Amino acid sequence: MTGAREEILTRLRTALGREDGTTTRTGVVPSTGKPVDIDAEVPRAYLREGSLARPAVIEQLVDRLVDYKAWVTQVPAADVPRVVAQRLEQADSVVIPPGLEADVVSQLPEPVRITVDAAEAQDGAVAKAEVESEAADRFASAAHRIHTIDELDATSAVITASRVSVAQTGTIMLDGDTDCGRRMITLVPDHHVCLVPESTVVEIVPEAVARIDLTRPVTMISGPSATSDIELQRVEGVHGPRQLDVIIITDR
Amino acid sequence: MRIALFATCIVDAMYPEVARDTVTILERLGHEVVFPERQACCGQMHVNSGDFAGAVPVVEGHVRAFEDGPDWDVICAPSGSCAASAGHQQPMIARRAGDDDLANRAEDLAGRTYELSQLLTDVLGITDAGEQLGSYFPHAVTYHPSCHGMRILRLGDRQRDLLSTVQDIDLRELPQADQCCGFGGTFSMKNAEVSTAMLEDKAENVVSTGASLCTGGDASCLMHIGGGLSRTGARSPRGEVGTVHLARILASTREKPLLPPRSEPLLSGGSLR
Amino acid sequence: MTTFLGMPSVLRADGAEVADGLPGAQGNVFEREPFPQYASRELEDEQLRRNLGHATKTIREKRLGAVAELPDWEDLRDSGAAIKQRVMAELPDLLEQFADAFEARGGHVHWARDAEEANSIVRDLIEENAPILGNGRREVVKVKSMATQEIGLNEYLEPHGIDAFETDLAELIVQLGDDLPSHILVPAIHKNRSEIRDIFLEGIPGVDPGLTDEPAKLAEAARQHLRHKFLTTKVAVSGANFGIASTGTLGVVESEGNGRMCLTLPETLITVMGVEKLLPQPEDLEVFLQLLPRSSTAERMNPYTSFWTGATAGDGPQNVHVVLMDNGRSRALADEWGRSALNCIRCSACMNVCPVYERTGGHAYGSTYPGPIGAILSPLMTGVQAEENNSLPYASSLCGACFDACPVKIDIPSILVHLRGEDVSTTQEGESATERVRDATSSSGQLSAGLAAASWAMADGRRIALAERALPIAAALTRLTGGISRLPGVVGKWTSSRDIPALPDQSFRNWWRKTRGTDADAIAAQQEAGAGAGAGAGAGAGAGAGAGDDHGSQNEGDAR
Repeated sequence: MTGAREEILTRLRTALGREDGTTTRTGVVPSTGKPVDIDAEVPRAYLREGSLARPAVIEQLVDRLVDYKAWVTQVPAADVPRVVAQRLEQADSVVIPPGLEADVVSQLPEPVRITVDAAEAQDGAVAKAEVESEAADRFASAAHRIHTIDELDATSAVITASRVSVAQTGTIMLDGDTDCGRRMITLVPDHHVCLVPESTVVEIVPEAVARIDLTRPVTMISGPSATSDIELQRVEGVHGPRQLDVIIITDR
Repeated sequence: MRIALFATCIVDAMYPEVARDTVTILERLGHEVVFPERQACCGQMHVNSGDFAGAVPVVEGHVRAFEDGPDWDVICAPSGSCAASAGHQQPMIARRAGDDDLANRAEDLAGRTYELSQLLTDVLGITDAGEQLGSYFPHAVTYHPSCHGMRILRLGDRQRDLLSTVQDIDLRELPQADQCCGFGGTFSMKNAEVSTAMLEDKAENVVSTGASLCTGGDASCLMHIGGGLSRTGARSPRGEVGTVHLARILASTREKPLLPPRSEPLLSGGSLR
Repeated sequence: MTTFLGMPSVLRADGAEVADGLPGAQGNVFEREPFPQYASRELEDEQLRRNLGHATKTIREKRLGAVAELPDWEDLRDSGAAIKQRVMAELPDLLEQFADAFEARGGHVHWARDAEEANSIVRDLIEENAPILGNGRREVVKVKSMATQEIGLNEYLEPHGIDAFETDLAELIVQLGDDLPSHILVPAIHKNRSEIRDIFLEGIPGVDPGLTDEPAKLAEAARQHLRHKFLTTKVAVSGANFGIASTGTLGVVESEGNGRMCLTLPETLITVMGVEKLLPQPEDLEVFLQLLPRSSTAERMNPYTSFWTGATAGDGPQNVHVVLMDNGRSRALADEWGRSALNCIRCSACMNVCPVYERTGGHAYGSTYPGPIGAILSPLMTGVQAEENNSLPYASSLCGACFDACPVKIDIPSILVHLRGEDVSTTQEGESATERVRDATSSSGQLSAGLAAASWAMADGRRIALAERALPIAAALTRLTGGISRLPGVVGKWTSSRDIPALPDQSFRNWWRKTRGTDADAIAAQQEAGAGAGAGAGAGAGAGAGAGDDHGSQNEGDAR
């Protein structure tokens, strides 16, 4: 194995004319024949911060998500449990990550079976849940277990938080933390309800890249699964969740 | 201003009237035109065919012709492709041959070389061809923007804007105008079938406009489009569809109008002459 | 070292060596026959041309809209190009950095010099980790990957008892139809919806026989077909869109969720990545996550993008491998004029805007990499002399649409021209004088003979002036026929579908001299040029026809 590694690195150094450490074959601009300046600073004149006012940023996120055929609503935090319950009225079962705020599921109708994707109840979540007794009951009574793939396949829906969202591209980023869940729980169930606090919404991609740790297992989601493979026309709904509901939690 | 005409080899040999009309336009604006007689070709044919060794003497000849000839302020070419080659191929060929001096001289010349519409618009301040050049052409025309003018020289709407201000012209939008006509120099022979497929679509789009003429800024592309239109016997409501260089339309006036093809002798090979 | 693995993929290893001793690529990176031959057959397929025309026109227009939305698009392109240029200049260091970081996070790094080595590494890993099923074979699920297509992995694995299931919809269409990919983003672009329905009806066991050609229904059929495979398969194979050197992070950009399935559910994940796919640091993704989706599917963002860094405890595959592959990339890097072809992020914008690709489709390019980028990348990876790859640099009218569309500003037209130069100089070096004479009867021979004569004549306008004195005779001839319709030899390639205009009576040059120049100038010039005329083709004819200028007066008045 070391043989291949060394040989490839040697080949690349040869290609660059770097036998003695400095690059002698710097490359040529193909239209002019002038040598490439490999020491030149990488220009970064592109926008790194958005310019829209906050309401316009949120409006743009909504617009983009709707364009991707996601279902979107904006509600104050107090209304989240009600909206979640509405959206999951038809669900048999819902899986949630252990770090999700407990009251999110507090109004889910009784027949909906809730399970938490964790080996055991986590202190933080339960503590938060104690704020409201109703929510605490629902959360505490939920079964805690690491779900198998088959269990997730038999689960109707998943509810998670999110880390940061990009208005301009309609992109929601999950980072595998305890409120976003393991990657597979947002993948296998066919319906994903995702909570996006207004404060986590940025306007453009560079602002989001600066706020997310890419060494975590990051998943970026822009609408429900889709394909352009048939005549290059976009069709929603292939292997990933076919329904994406986004609940934007307003600051007010 | 003293303007050196870079006629280009194809215009010199096959479409001399395009160069004569270029002279007419520039002189009409009160400028002096000179023609460095040792000029021949930009070298593009050799470069694009991969014959870099053969291109070197051609590039050298071009540079010398304009350096040694009469004094001039700017160079004007009635071709986007050849003007582009001067700037984007000649220095490269010289550097490849290890001749940095020639490369720098070619670059210097290229910096003062303008395609016709570029010169008229950017240097001579023409914004209204009818008003300022007296251009008059009461015919249905569609316009094909050639690739090198569009993508290498970044001519943008210069040619189109000049045409649209010609008096009484009926300028028709060409569908898929930015698509290559399929000429590509020796591409049209090395990949003749693909080139023809591209040409067919271009000709179809030209005919769909109902215009009797397709114009543009490059004689080579027009020769290709015209050759295809002629072969297919393409017709508009006014008869056969031909091609005409932009310079010819701009040179045409009420007093000395360029006549559209009325009968066979005026039209041959699909090209208005 | 040539390994035959049956059609459609034959692993070929006959790329010539470059001077530096860097071996050319193996695998599916060769023309099968010269481009013009293959192309002319494809052009006769009316259905293919309609499908391609429809699809490329759709995506071209969509891309323009997606790009126009960003006011800083050109700045992003500048940065993208500069970042990639930096990557190529620092590739050995960045690779080591990547490998160390990936290993530090529990991943396993393998190095493959060529396609054969990459294939055998992947096979060994599959044999170690995938169980033998009831049918006596092993199974893996795959995310669409150019790298594994390049090395012919599926075809290599098959006789070794391993079935590789493509899970991208278009790859599935190609695999079920026993076809070859023709586009790097939409491998089945050459098929329309009703052809796809027929392939599904034939190839998917238990599919609803009433399946319609509605794209949503076709997508649903693919979901049902692959669902069980995703949920049960233990090993997945992927490519990677990006590898981040400083962190050891890998990323896959996709739409359908098949990527997420493969990257998340199996126990073992094997990623095959070309060494050039690196970016220095996570921050660079802020550029490429904007450039790639808009250039590729013309979306603001693709539905799903996944990143992983080694293995994450409790989340996703715990046995994570990456195969860093050279396979001709070091050779492309060594070409200082063509090096920037390695900047390619496989978006496919160049083929969507290419008028040649639009008409011939991807199969005519032979290689896994079709279209304008393929026409430079394949010969750069194999050496332009290899097999038929020297026909690829000529498969372009040099219209420049690809360069404009390229998100990382690869000057494809200039590199095509560079490779034509490599081809010509190599051919000339290797050819004896007698071969060249014999060659003059062929089309290409006639072209090069013509170019040689033209180089002499065009080096000096005075030689041209003499040659052009033949014009009146030629003009008289063409006037008789009303334009030139059919000529033999290489020029016949032109006249097969286009007329040549009737020639003028006199050239501009000679008109100028007559009307504007002084006689003294003219005589002097004629004498000077005439002295060397014997050496050049065309000049002799010109000298003999000097008197024809009289016709000029007729032409001068022309339509005025």
